[in-house]
Formats: sequence, structure tokens, C-alpha cells
Amino acid sequence: MGIPVFRFAPWQPPILPDVECAAPPSWRWSPSLLAAAGTAMAMLLFVLVGPLVWQQDPSQQWLSQVSSGPTSGIYARVVGPIPAKGTGNLSRLTVIESNTERVHLAWPEVVSVERFRLYRAKQHQSGKGLPLWQGRDRSYTDELQLRRQIYRYTLVDADTGIMLFSTETRPEPAISVFEAQLQGLIPASAAVYPEYVRLPAHPLGTDALGRDILARLMAGGRSSLFVGIVAPLLFISFGAIFGGLAGYLGGKFDHFAMRSADFVVALPFLLFMILLRIAFGIGPGEDGILPLILAMLLLSWPSSARLIRGQVLALRSQPFIDSARLSGVTTWGIFRRHIFPNVLPVLMVAFSFAIPQAIFTEAFLSFIGMGVSPPSTSWGAMCNDGIKTLLSHPGQLLWPAAMISISVLAFNILGDALRDTADKRSGGVGQ
Amino acid sequence: MMIKFVLHRLLWGAITVWFIATATFFAMHAVPGDPLIQDKAMSPAVRAQLEARYGLDKPLSQQYFTFMGNMLSGDFGISFTQENRRVNDIIREHFPVSATLGIAAIAIALVGGVFAGSIAAHYRGQWPDKLVMFMVVAAISVPGFVIAGLAQLIIVRLNAAAESTVLPVAGWGGVNHVWVPALVLGLGTLAYLSRLSRAAMLEVLSSDYILAARARGISGISLFFRYQLRNALLPVVTELGPAVAAITTGGFVVELIFAIPGLGRYFVQAVQQLDYTVIMGTTVFYGAFLVVIVVLVDISYGLIDPRIRLSAGRS
Repeated sequence: MGIPVFRFAPWQPPILPDVECAAPPSWRWSPSLLAAAGTAMAMLLFVLVGPLVWQQDPSQQWLSQVSSGPTSGIYARVVGPIPAKGTGNLSRLTVIESNTERVHLAWPEVVSVERFRLYRAKQHQSGKGLPLWQGRDRSYTDELQLRRQIYRYTLVDADTGIMLFSTETRPEPAISVFEAQLQGLIPASAAVYPEYVRLPAHPLGTDALGRDILARLMAGGRSSLFVGIVAPLLFISFGAIFGGLAGYLGGKFDHFAMRSADFVVALPFLLFMILLRIAFGIGPGEDGILPLILAMLLLSWPSSARLIRGQVLALRSQPFIDSARLSGVTTWGIFRRHIFPNVLPVLMVAFSFAIPQAIFTEAFLSFIGMGVSPPSTSWGAMCNDGIKTLLSHPGQLLWPAAMISISVLAFNILGDALRDTADKRSGGVGQ
Repeated sequence: MMIKFVLHRLLWGAITVWFIATATFFAMHAVPGDPLIQDKAMSPAVRAQLEARYGLDKPLSQQYFTFMGNMLSGDFGISFTQENRRVNDIIREHFPVSATLGIAAIAIALVGGVFAGSIAAHYRGQWPDKLVMFMVVAAISVPGFVIAGLAQLIIVRLNAAAESTVLPVAGWGGVNHVWVPALVLGLGTLAYLSRLSRAAMLEVLSSDYILAARARGISGISLFFRYQLRNALLPVVTELGPAVAAITTGGFVVELIFAIPGLGRYFVQAVQQLDYTVIMGTTVFYGAFLVVIVVLVDISYGLIDPRIRLSAGRS
């Protein structure tokens, strides 16, 4: 060891001399550990079994329900392209048709008023609200982002500003014939269609493109957790094998392994994640998960390699290894019987702490648009979509963010518990 | 001893920077496409001329040596996509912004983390401890970009309630633009450091020399600063190197969300456009910066704890 490098390993597991063979880790099921394990399992079930229960297509867009709040399965009126005709005799501002596709209003002639101006306000909004239209007609069709809430329409004389009529209406849920046909709710060719169709429920609402958030959480979670579990599995196994060999063989190979680990550690991690993710490239139609995992494998192996190398180095000089070697056990046998069981707890701790890191990395990359590519999604990519509508619809960011946070928290607590178990096991024997 | 140690570390740092530059160069050129592919179609003649101008027509090895030569003389070349802008100028203009944000974040994280950790340790098991630990867990589990978004949401609501701009939501300029992004950026590190300093402080509190100091009648602020804090600071300082790395790269997202014209945004943009010179310039610059920081942290570690200097000199 020529160069005095202070290694920034957060945790150095103690190796104590008397441990001959690993006892199975003795679990203490504390309440927080139970909760964490339960949450992690629930997350896995949610993303794996969830889509079987909740069979909505995560990329299906509901044009009539963009950024809608939570809905149960509602019946919607099927609305044709032409608004209903107003009746001849009106005495005031009359709502002729009122649904979320359009609100059609008509009003009578008013003496000495040439031009009208129409305002729309939400129910509890003070004032007249949004000016919608100005003109000489005596009817108007409002198609501007209507939601299922009460609106107050106010008609004024455009020249004098005198208020003429006011009325309130609550649009009923509706879907256009075109969209109903597009979504397969009514047959595309049929000339006659039912008055109402049942829309699927969106328990968490829809996102800015009208896609069901619950279905997207399940689909996105599958990529997030897949990357979060498979990438650590790969880079920790690789690091363990590489580092274990380095520690056991020593000499030139050890020197080479540790110097390359030093170099990889020196690379700015996220910069190189981005570069490598792009360098591995994705063809059209691919979801970008494989380049992501490969990039993580290339950049993340050193920490576990160093960890395992240190462990193996310490184990190699233990008396029980010497005695095994003296009694003629092969190298492979020593690895299998003595070294592997002894480093396994450390490996498991490293693995469980690597999962939240990998979930975070994936989320970060997807958030800046360099992770999972559309139409596939992940929780990080959903956050990227959600932050654009944060001020008006915070839920679109909060749901995926909550999923990331809860999984990361669960895996962190699991890791803590595993570490405590591992520490206690090796610490208990020595004392 | 000290000088030899520093020189050794600096030499190692130079090799590391060379490695970073080389790795970046070849990773970047392995990406399909090149910076000249743009929206506009280009005739072969124009393309050939541009390639000749930027030296892209030469073999890769020659480009590599040209680049390395220029880099040694401190010149990163001209940006491909931002016409006539030198990479050196981009770094000179935008790095101070990132650095200001980063220093503010580190300061907040360090002071806040050590303070929170010390409080938690002194009130071990009582409600301040539980509160701090809860905040730590929350801050570690929530991604930075979510915290950034929520912070913006809160500022918007705050400004709406006050009916004036109490804090700017985004942008860069005055002192008020720094606080919130810096806090958001430093929060993860703050949480990590408070966990670390709590553990360190607990160890210090139960040590014999604190007992001895108490027996000599030292107490209160003097005890805290001269005996407890200084010893509890050691593990925190060791972690400052990785913390700086985390904060500089975490700055990407915060800069993106808060619309801050820092260097991180330029890097992301450059990678998307395959702007070779900007990618190389920013990566090498960041790499060198991190290496220098780690060396500085190592030196400061030796200054805080004289025992370290001895052991470093021995090897």
C-alpha cells in the first residue's frame, strides 16, 4: 500500500478471530423492521400483482379527463359534435346544454344593447371571473377546460359594462363521441350510440396527458424497483467476486484490482452515469433500462469490491483458514465453506444499502430525462412529468415521490436492521 | 512529512484527472452521432468543411492528443453548439454561480448537521433526539428534486399569502435567490452529517476525557467547543469530501428546477447535444475540482487531528 489514501467507507465491519463458521443470522423482529419488511413486500406486490388487479393501460390517454382528480367509475353523457339548439323564447340567460365537453348558453335580445360580453367564474370566486367572449350573437358555447364544479356565468353589456344576467350551472360528466369511439367504449362504426357510457375509475386521478396515475404508478414502479434491485445485485456480485479474488490471491492481481477501483471511484459518478447511459445508447422502442443497469455496474462495483477484499484479507490470515488448508481442503472448498459464509452477512448489508441508492440514481436520471425513455415510465420519470404541473396539480408529483420515498425508507430500515444483526453476530462472539 | 504527503496526493490527483479526461473522451466519442447533426440538413461540402474546422476529420487518436495538448495549456476549445463561445468562458461565467450555491449549501449542511447532531446526542432518547432523527430519516428518503419542487410550492403559497414577493420562486441574482436552493441542495447532506455527528458526539460524551474535564470544573460552552465539538467533528470532516461531490452533482437538479444559470445545467444540455468540447471541459473541470477538494479535506483532517499526520507520514 504505497499511497496513504483515507478511504471514505462509512462502515467498517469488525472481523473477530473466533468466528469459525457463520451462524445463521439471528433475526430480532422489531416493530420497525416488521413494518419495513412489510412495506417492501407490499411495494413488490403492488408493482407485480397490481397490474393484474388494476388492468388499465398505463399509456392510454383520456382526452376528456386531463389532470382530473380522483374519480370513481362515473357515467358520462356521450356528446355529439353539434350543440343542442336553443329554444326560441328566452327570458333570461339560459343554460341549454351543460356538460364537461361544453356549456351552451343562450339569452334574449336586450333593448339598446348591441354587444354582449360573457364572463365565467368558479362558484366561490369573487367578481365576474374570466372574460370568455364578446360579440353580437345571442348564444355562446363554452368549451374551455370545463370541470365538474359549479360555474357562474355573467353576461354584461360590453359597451357600458352594465350587468345583464347571471346564472349558475354544474356541468355533468361527458365524453365526446369521437373519444368514446377512440377508447373503444362504443363501436366505431355505429351510427346510433348510447346516451351514457361508463368511464373507468381513476382512484388517484389522471396526469397531464390524461393517463391513469394508479396504473402508471404500477408500471413505473416495475422499472424503478427492477433497476433498484437488479443493478445492486449485479454490481455487488461482480464487486464481491473481483474483490474476493483480489483479497485471496493478493500480489499483482490485488494491486491491479485496487488501482482500477481507485480510478473508477475518482470518476464523477453522476456525470459518468449520464455519459455512459448515452454511450450505451438505446434503439427505437427500447426502454433504456439495460444501459442504465450497465452504467451502474461499471461505476458502482468498487465499493463492494473494497469491502469484500478487506474482509477476505482479514479472514485469510485466520487460524481456521490455515488449518483448513493444512488439512487439504481445496481453494474452492475454502472459499465455499469458510470465506463465503463469513462474508455473506456483510454482502447482504451492502446489498440492502445499495438498493435505495440505486432507486435514487434511477429516479435522478429519469428526472433529468436520461433514464427510462417513454412510453415506458418509472417513478422518477413520473416526477419529471409531475413537476411541470406542480402548482396546479401537486398530486401528480406527490404520488410517485411518495412511492420513491416509502420504498427507499423501507429498504434503508431493512439495511439498518441487517447491519445491526451482522454487527451483533460478529461483535457478540468476541466479547 | 506533511509536504511529502501533500505532493504524493497531488501527483495521484493529477493521474486521476488524466484518467477522467481519457475515459470521458472515449466514452463521449463512443456515443452514436456527433455534434454536427442538427435540425438543419447540411450539404456534404459544408459538413466536410465544418469537420475540417473542428478537426473531426482526423483519426480519433490524433484528436485525443490534440485535445490533451490543448488541455495542458489550459484551453478547452470552442463550443460546438453555442457559436463562438469558448468553453473556458462558459466555465468562468457559470462555475461561480454553482460554487456560490454549493458553498452556501455546504455551510448550511455543516452548521445545521453538527448542531442538530449535537442536540440529538445531548438529549439522547428525549424528544429533541427523536425529532432530529425523524427529520434525518425523512430527508434521506425523499429525493432532492421532490424537496425542491415542494419548496417552490411553499414559496408560491407564501408569496400569495403575503401578496408580495417575500422570496423569489426561481432565478438568480440577489442574496434572496440563494437561501432556498442552497437549503434544498444541502438538506440530504445535512441529514447525513447530523446522523454522523450524533454518533460521534455520543461516543465523545461517554469518553473518559470528558469526565476528566468535568472533574476539573470545565463546563458549559467551553466544554462543548473545546472538548466535545472538536473531537466529534473528526468523522464529519472526513465525510466532507464525498459531501462536496454529492452537492456539486446534486446541483444539476436544483439548478434545473430553480432556473439557476450554473455549470450543471450546461453539462446536461451539452450531453444531450453531444457538444464534445463542453462535455470534456466541464467533466475535466469537475473532476479536477473534486480531486482538489479531497486533497484539501485530507490535509484539513490532518490539521484537526495531529494523530493522523503521524500515521500518514509513516506509510
